[in-house]
Amino acid sequence: MLASLDQKLLRDLWRVRGQALAIAVVMAFGVMLMVMMDGLINSLSETKRSYYERYRLAQVFAPVKRAPKHLLQQIAHWPDVTAVEGRISGGALINLPEETIPIRAQAVSLPDYRAPRLNDIYLAEGRRLDPTHKNEILLLEGFANARGIQPGDYLTATLNGARRSFHVVGLAQAPEFLYTPAPGEIVPDDKRFAVFWMSEDALAAALDMDGAFNEVLLTQPLGVNSAHLLYQLDQLLMSYGALGAYTLDDHLSNRFISEEIQQLENSNRVVPPVFMGVAAFLLYIVISRMVQSEREQIGLLKAFGYTGWEISLHYLKFVLLIAIFGALLGCVLGVLGGRGLSGVYQLYYKFPFLLFRLDPATVISSVLVSIVVACAGAAWVVRRVFALTPAQAMRPPTPTDFSTGLRFGQGLLAKFDQPTRMVLRTLNRHPLKTMMSIGGIALGMALSAGMLNVLTAFDRTLAFSFEQVDRSDLNVNFVEPLGPDSLYYLARLPGVLAAEGVRDVPAIFHFGRERYRGVVTALAPAPQLFRSLDKHGQPIALPQQGIVLSKALAGQLKVQNGDTLLVDIRQGRRPKLPIQVAAIAETMTGAPAYMDLKALNRLMFEPGRVSGAHLRIDMHHAQTLYAKLKDMPAIASVNLKNHSRQAMEKMMDEGAGATRYVMMIIAAVITFGIVYNSARIAFAERARDLASLRVMGLTKSEAAFVLLGELGIITLLAIPVGCAFGYGLSALISAGFSNDLYQVPVTVVPTAYGSAAVAVLLAALGSGYLIKRDLDRLDLVGALKTRE
Amino acid sequence: MNNTGLQGLDLSRPAFAMQGLTKVFGSGPSRVEALRGVDLTVPAAELVVLLGPSGSGKSTLLNILGGLDSATSGSLFYFNQDLGGMDESELTQYRRQHIGFVFQFYNLMPSLTALENVQLVTEIAENPMDAAEALAMVGLENRQDHFPAQLSGGEQQRVAIARAIAKRPRVLFCDEPTGALDSKTGRTVLNVLQEVNRELGTTIFIVTHAASTAAMAHRVIHFADGRISKEVENQHVLSAAEIDW
Repeated sequence: MLASLDQKLLRDLWRVRGQALAIAVVMAFGVMLMVMMDGLINSLSETKRSYYERYRLAQVFAPVKRAPKHLLQQIAHWPDVTAVEGRISGGALINLPEETIPIRAQAVSLPDYRAPRLNDIYLAEGRRLDPTHKNEILLLEGFANARGIQPGDYLTATLNGARRSFHVVGLAQAPEFLYTPAPGEIVPDDKRFAVFWMSEDALAAALDMDGAFNEVLLTQPLGVNSAHLLYQLDQLLMSYGALGAYTLDDHLSNRFISEEIQQLENSNRVVPPVFMGVAAFLLYIVISRMVQSEREQIGLLKAFGYTGWEISLHYLKFVLLIAIFGALLGCVLGVLGGRGLSGVYQLYYKFPFLLFRLDPATVISSVLVSIVVACAGAAWVVRRVFALTPAQAMRPPTPTDFSTGLRFGQGLLAKFDQPTRMVLRTLNRHPLKTMMSIGGIALGMALSAGMLNVLTAFDRTLAFSFEQVDRSDLNVNFVEPLGPDSLYYLARLPGVLAAEGVRDVPAIFHFGRERYRGVVTALAPAPQLFRSLDKHGQPIALPQQGIVLSKALAGQLKVQNGDTLLVDIRQGRRPKLPIQVAAIAETMTGAPAYMDLKALNRLMFEPGRVSGAHLRIDMHHAQTLYAKLKDMPAIASVNLKNHSRQAMEKMMDEGAGATRYVMMIIAAVITFGIVYNSARIAFAERARDLASLRVMGLTKSEAAFVLLGELGIITLLAIPVGCAFGYGLSALISAGFSNDLYQVPVTVVPTAYGSAAVAVLLAALGSGYLIKRDLDRLDLVGALKTRE
Repeated sequence: MNNTGLQGLDLSRPAFAMQGLTKVFGSGPSRVEALRGVDLTVPAAELVVLLGPSGSGKSTLLNILGGLDSATSGSLFYFNQDLGGMDESELTQYRRQHIGFVFQFYNLMPSLTALENVQLVTEIAENPMDAAEALAMVGLENRQDHFPAQLSGGEQQRVAIARAIAKRPRVLFCDEPTGALDSKTGRTVLNVLQEVNRELGTTIFIVTHAASTAAMAHRVIHFADGRISKEVENQHVLSAAEIDW
């Protein structure tokens, strides 16, 4: 048998079910995001950790040109080194019959008669290599699946200029290849980049590495600073062509997954609290309205002997039911969303397994947070229950005092009729409530505007990168830097309209305490096909002396225009060059540094060298050209610009980018929720006044004006605030999501703000329509009977 | 405003004439007959007091006469106009131009000052009196810039009366106008109503529980069970100051 107060509770809930549901849904969204992101963070980092651990991923990587194996023993004896492995790794091209363009690949050695001490592989299908069969390979599972290759199949690949046939005996994954974009790109495309593992002996023979290695892998005891080790390695390997040792933190695949987790954590800190705040605000106004209209009943209950606590508990229960319902709904949605998103993540991050694992503590804390938030919303109101004495409660409340607060100038007011004055005074009388309503709507609008802005800005990023910076159709990379003849040769190929040489040189940039492993990209004078541009999209003339840094790189190194940094070139004679920063270039992906081609070659004492070329081609002859390029042993890779672009577009549309659309829908729901709830409550509060106005002879529209005028003003005021919030949000997103791998620009896209404003107006019109409908049906006699 | 349907009022007729007026709320087991056939004729410029226990139908009648509600059956004429046949917007115009209301709980707009509350009505009426003048009639010329929260109950009710009479309505409906007031203030309010009736010739209906109010009426109508149980025309009308409270 339910206590009578609980009966009342259930009936009250049923009476305001629409609003209660709206609030519960807002809360559920907050909890959903919390549960989903927390679960994802948990799953990704836990899976990553155990994957790394189980397959012994190295903590330090030291690529080198060619070093003798005996160095490994020396390294193994260093203090603070727990394991060492040397291996061979090199670029390759896979030639598939159905592809006219060879596919870039990385060949990695596996020891012949033992398991690798570090960077082991996870065998997904087939068997391990048989060291007696030198043509066997294990192929990266993602690529094999994308291309329909199975264990038992044969494929041909070009290694070091020679074409060989390989027998695929198994499909594998490895923690170092979690995220595998093709070199120079940021979005992986399973079809266009491959990794294969093969016998160390065979790879050594193919790459001329007999008795040598070109990569050292190391692990250290936990908590040991690796700076000294990196220095030692660089010193030791210096004379063998060290490219610069780096830690796992700088490992590309690990960088991407770590950034992803970091960004989830950032979002998790910002987004759910916004939803919770909105829900608390809505609960506050609903419960506040309820206590106000039930003060007579409260007085009566007190007169009967109920204590303030018992009555407060009654209202708290009301709030708690909504909160707990919202929290549970959110948990369910969060688990569903999390499972869905883990699927999306697995498209890009190749975990052998990724189970969406929810920490029970997350569920408990989400529910607790919801309860605390709900109680916070109600606490202010419950105080009023205590303050109310039975005698007071039984009397009608005195009218709200409009004599306090900001007085409008009489001159200003004289211009308005009485209904307008009512609207203005009501807004002015409760400035906090007005501001919260404006803030709430603005927040909802900011979410949509921010999301739309990022989406549109992304399109512009693509256009900027692929139409303005890179105006070529494809680029080729050579196995080794070549002389100027190579360019003439390329230019004479059928279908090539223009060829522009480029030289990419690995380098380590130093400035003060900052250090960045990157690449110097040297461009021909006044390049046409691939350019460095300033923030206005104007080409930057590359100086004869000095270097042009991308904004991202300048940010990483904390350098300004005019500063001189040390560029430690890791190729050829390896000069260490102090170079002044001549300009800052705008880029959207990567963190490049540009120099004039001649200037760089002069500094390296290697005149006329290029490491690749950008080509503009006649598409009618594309197939012939591709066939020619495929047969040229000097060419390490051919990249079609459109492929890179499509991969990025696909990711934005189908992958992680798709969540942005979900966020927009949520933003729209929230905006509508706030607008509608505000209007609904204003209507409930004003029902008696509105009925009085109707009784006095005001028409339906005239009476509606008093209510909807308020909604209209709040909405109109919210729009500019929403624009400001939206800009702030895009700036936050840009700051939170930009790094040296990719940059989210803070471009203001007017259409994003316009569309968000239109959405808010539509929400307001829709709410206005619903309220007007109720207003027209208002039972005058009934509304007048209520005394408040 | 030709859509009022109230053009060409024949003022020689009684202000209200009704025959067999009934009002039924709900249906089935929850069916309530609030009015069970009311026949009544009220000449213009009278002050009418409706008495009766709660639920006897007096407020229902008031709401129907005031155009807030419609009768279930029967005929109802306002002068020569058929109130029963008016649609929603005609009723709005009827209330706007002809009717004033005074309620037990004043129903002032808290966000408007006393003067502005009155202006709310004078702005939309066809031939209103000056708002300040209306406040002066109820003795509140010094309080016109005060908000409702700054006025006592009696003062608020007088503002409500000023607001109701400012449009020069032909009829004023007062539902328990003194119900929330102490006797002294209540007397002041009744006094104001009587003056309005006398000086402006406004027909006034007062619904009340206070039987003593009957002494100041021209006509007293007793309600019981949805019917008129007794109708009395006072030969000698007392002033509000004289009645026994």
